[in-house]
Amino acid sequence: MNDRLPILFFALVMAAIPFIPGMPPFWIVLLDNIGLAALVAMGLVLLTGVGGLTSFGQAAFVGFGAYTTAVLSATYGVSPWLTLPLSLIVSGVFAVLLGLITVRLSGHYLPLGTLAWGLGLFYLFSKLEFLGRNDGISAIPPLSIGGYRMLDPASIYFAIWVAVVLSALLTVNLLDSRTGRAIRALRRGHIAAEAFGVHTPRAKLLVFIHAAVLAGLSGWLYAHLQRAVNPTPFGAQAGIEYLFIAVVGGAGYVWGGVLGAAIVVILKEVLQSYLPLILHGSGQLETIVFGIMLVALLQLAPAGVWPWLTSLLPLRTNGKAPDTSLLLPARIRAAGASEVLLQVDKARKQFGGVIAVNNVSFDVQTREIVALIGPNGAGKSTTFNLITGVLTATAGSISVLGRKVDNAPPQEIVKLGISRTFQHVKLVPDMTVLENVAIGAHLRGQSGPIASMLRLDRADEARLLAEAARQIERVGLADQMHQLAGSLSLGQQRIVEIARALCVDPMLLLLDEPAAGLRHMEKQRLAALLRQLRDGGMSVLLVEHDMGFVMDLADRVVVLDFGTKIAEGTPATIKSNPEVIKAYLGVAA
Amino acid sequence: MSALLAVTDAHVAYGKVEAVRSVSLEVGANEIVTIIGANGAGKTTLLSAIMGILPLKGRVAFAGQDLARLDIEDRVARGLGLVPEHRELFVTMNVEDNLELGAFRVEKARAKASMERVYTLFPRLKERRKQLAGTLSGGEQQMLAMGRALMGAPKLLMLDEPSLGLAPIIVADIFRIVTELRAAGVSVLLVEQNAQAALKIADHAYVMELGEFVLKGPAAEIAANERVAASYLGFQHEAASAL
Amino acid sequence: MNTTIMLFLIQDGITNGAIYALLGLALVLVFAVTRVILIPQGEFVTYGALTYASLASGQMPGTAKLALAMGVVAFALDVFAGRKSLHVRLIARSFLANIVLPGIVLALTLYFVAQKPPVAVSIALSLVIVAMIGLSLYRIVFQPLAHTSVLVLLIASVGCHLALQGLGLLFFGAEGQRGPAVLSTAFTAGSLRFTGQSITVYGITIAFIVGLWLFFGWTLYGKALRATAVNRLGARLAGIRTTLSGQIAFLLASVIGALSGILIVPITTLYYDTGFLIGIKGFIAAIIGGLVSYPLTAIAALVVGTVEAFSSFYASNYKEVIVFMLLIPVLLLRSLAAPAVEEEKD
Repeated sequence: MNDRLPILFFALVMAAIPFIPGMPPFWIVLLDNIGLAALVAMGLVLLTGVGGLTSFGQAAFVGFGAYTTAVLSATYGVSPWLTLPLSLIVSGVFAVLLGLITVRLSGHYLPLGTLAWGLGLFYLFSKLEFLGRNDGISAIPPLSIGGYRMLDPASIYFAIWVAVVLSALLTVNLLDSRTGRAIRALRRGHIAAEAFGVHTPRAKLLVFIHAAVLAGLSGWLYAHLQRAVNPTPFGAQAGIEYLFIAVVGGAGYVWGGVLGAAIVVILKEVLQSYLPLILHGSGQLETIVFGIMLVALLQLAPAGVWPWLTSLLPLRTNGKAPDTSLLLPARIRAAGASEVLLQVDKARKQFGGVIAVNNVSFDVQTREIVALIGPNGAGKSTTFNLITGVLTATAGSISVLGRKVDNAPPQEIVKLGISRTFQHVKLVPDMTVLENVAIGAHLRGQSGPIASMLRLDRADEARLLAEAARQIERVGLADQMHQLAGSLSLGQQRIVEIARALCVDPMLLLLDEPAAGLRHMEKQRLAALLRQLRDGGMSVLLVEHDMGFVMDLADRVVVLDFGTKIAEGTPATIKSNPEVIKAYLGVAA
Repeated sequence: MSALLAVTDAHVAYGKVEAVRSVSLEVGANEIVTIIGANGAGKTTLLSAIMGILPLKGRVAFAGQDLARLDIEDRVARGLGLVPEHRELFVTMNVEDNLELGAFRVEKARAKASMERVYTLFPRLKERRKQLAGTLSGGEQQMLAMGRALMGAPKLLMLDEPSLGLAPIIVADIFRIVTELRAAGVSVLLVEQNAQAALKIADHAYVMELGEFVLKGPAAEIAANERVAASYLGFQHEAASAL
Repeated sequence: MNTTIMLFLIQDGITNGAIYALLGLALVLVFAVTRVILIPQGEFVTYGALTYASLASGQMPGTAKLALAMGVVAFALDVFAGRKSLHVRLIARSFLANIVLPGIVLALTLYFVAQKPPVAVSIALSLVIVAMIGLSLYRIVFQPLAHTSVLVLLIASVGCHLALQGLGLLFFGAEGQRGPAVLSTAFTAGSLRFTGQSITVYGITIAFIVGLWLFFGWTLYGKALRATAVNRLGARLAGIRTTLSGQIAFLLASVIGALSGILIVPITTLYYDTGFLIGIKGFIAAIIGGLVSYPLTAIAALVVGTVEAFSSFYASNYKEVIVFMLLIPVLLLRSLAAPAVEEEKD
């Protein structure tokens, strides 16, 4: 693909650098350090910038990688190449252990947690006998291929930068895939992602492991570059510095990690050599400047250097149109199944003392549009959340095609063929419309993260994108397919949500105020689309305030008031129902 | 004599989407003005921008003074009050503390008098003055939110959907108090989906659609307008029969 | 186990725990009001302790100059922010608070340092210097970031920690210092010996907790601070300035931090980076309290202090490991107890 070309170019340039005549060896050392930091930063980009999980503890994973190979190769004489997988596995296993605890933490607890275990592990490294305590481990054998021993910084340079380029490639691949979309959706909250079958804790753990393994790789290389390890570079200070690197470069961009590493490593070098001359002081003067710069950066350019740099370049965001002839297998619909698609039976939801939904019963038949109306706070959205498994009912039951689905999580509900939109639009604003809609087809793809990294997912991926493109065309937004979702008007964003829900290939579509913010013509188009879907065999349950829209479209109307169903029937009977008029409609129509 | 609040050619953007476009509005002294319109029309956005919560392009003058450089807190101190849609009460503090803080910028003696006035307007609040705000019912919370705003001695009170999610009988109560406020010399800018109730008590009305005013005039005229009747009054979104 | 040792360890743990409690309370306060997770709280401790120790030994503390330098920056920011509508009164007030006051304090420090000031003067000067640094820190770093996310604030907070710790090394050197005891009497009760210093620690901790309780429960400003913590927008709509609340919170936090430092520097040797570790332990207590509960934080701090005392006796090598790892089960419990649910309204 064309976006791989710059990477190839970058790899060639990096490969050529050591052959430049008169290249000072010191610069090569710097480049080695940049590569090592870039590996960790890249993981942080995925973890923090993309996944929204801030970690101050990445240095500890570098430590795991470094100490694993140090102990095995220096103490037990194991070949460094054998310790490579072991280093990665140790980092990965600790990532699983720490991650299982950490990723469940919400908001600011998460970074604090990482800070705490980062500190704890640092002290552990410096106290354990077999890790050499504060002195660490020395006499680590160098890497060698055949008889070629990588003894100096110039020879290990290639190993480091091959690792950087490969890791960047794998990471970029991962982001541009089914799994990648799930990861990118994490930062915007989990409800929308889960409604389309994404296991958010699993996705979070995945990025956590990915970041830890990259850090472990960096540690392994570090140990064989320095040929000695001690606890200092794996402390909290280093963990903070890695985060700084990611923020400087641009926490949302893989190459921002590499750029950030270059900026920070070089800056640190410059500061360390010149600051003492200027300030006549001793010690960590560079940390003062570092800290001040970090704060200044957050105030002046919170997005980092990379996005600023790319905005200067005339980069095309052309986005190839997917080949819409590729098909995904359609849902197998049980032939001659019961006519009742969804049955809500005496559903009840209590929040503390407030009864939001009070013994509500209704059903949705196949090929039917049912509208749920009622004043604000009547319990309509809560009913939606009960049906889709976001909330669990206090009492009562909900069945799909005659099967009870009580307490099933959202990921299971969507598998049954029930998909939804949200009252408050939940799209990922910095993803394109196409990518957002493709999240809807998440369950219809199979490729896992490993396949995605290795690009073995392309056939699967093409089918997913084709399906997404078809649904976008169906709702009439083909022209906006490659725009960022956040740049669309609110009304269009609601339509994008419908396309995303259609990607599930649903039997029942739940729409929460789909017409809000639409112009008259757009409303008519939406109504036509919904009728067409019904005639094609789909059922629709919608919450809507626009009575003209509802009464025109719905086959049946259910009226809620204060969490209780007060009426049900055809639009005509509802319009003349005295109780509905009193509670909701106001005047007879 | 210029209007108490004069908004001229206001634009408000939410990210890249312009939610309010080229809106001009006036509220005079001793006047109730209502903005009606569907969900998502931009009514709340407009109020938030007038209050200084969202950035606004255009001119907002209050009591003859340009508000552009004033923060929310300074606007409050100058007599502009907002009761937001979500009420934003101090839920873990009691009713009296909530009210007392409403008068943060008012001198002590006047605050005391205001408290008496609020308790007269909302006797329910006096009964519950040691109760935590978070444990009040929806209607009582709305009363407390209005009471807190009144403690700041506003010249203009902006109410965002005061009837939201309330029982009809309480809605009637709230709207009655709004008319009492006018009688007491407080102007009110009322945003409502419950167009019918709002038009009944308002002097002037604006109809908002997709971020723009499509209609304005005396409330009675607007209520009689056929298009308004079809879009907003024929099928009401709220318990309009309450009045 | 020997009862005497146990009692001694508990006493030691409570003394440390009392300090952690003070710090934990300050952290909870600052977070609730400003959403800033105040990592540089540890530097307030160090600065307070080492400024006091330096003054007592007749050395000029660099913090006094730092306070003036930060004041100059804060004043510049005030002028820049108000450039469109320059109010002479506001500018004059900012000039007084940010430049004249630190200037006077610097002059006083220079005057007293030459003649080895009495303990009370050293304490007063240290507190004022650190308080000014705390206030300027809020003005320079956090006020411009007030609208950003907790995460951005946290990263900025870490940046401040780096810078202030680096400056600490510059001002006080890598050598540890000790300060004179605030109260140098002692008495014994049974097998336990109570020093004047530990009594002071208990007394001041209790006084502060009672003081904070009175402040938050009974004063308008205290209530305004609570209101900001509960609902920022609500507070602004009531006319309570977020920056005012932030200033009060930072003022209290820096005074508490400095005071904690002054209280411990006679007991243990403090280095330029010790404050960070002490602060982190207050932090653990604050997190156990969920960053919201004051009583829970105070109790947790006593537990942390006691665990630390016992582990330093039985497994001194792993003291820090144990204390930091204590956090993991706590975080686990916290996350199991309340998984966050996104708001979705009708």
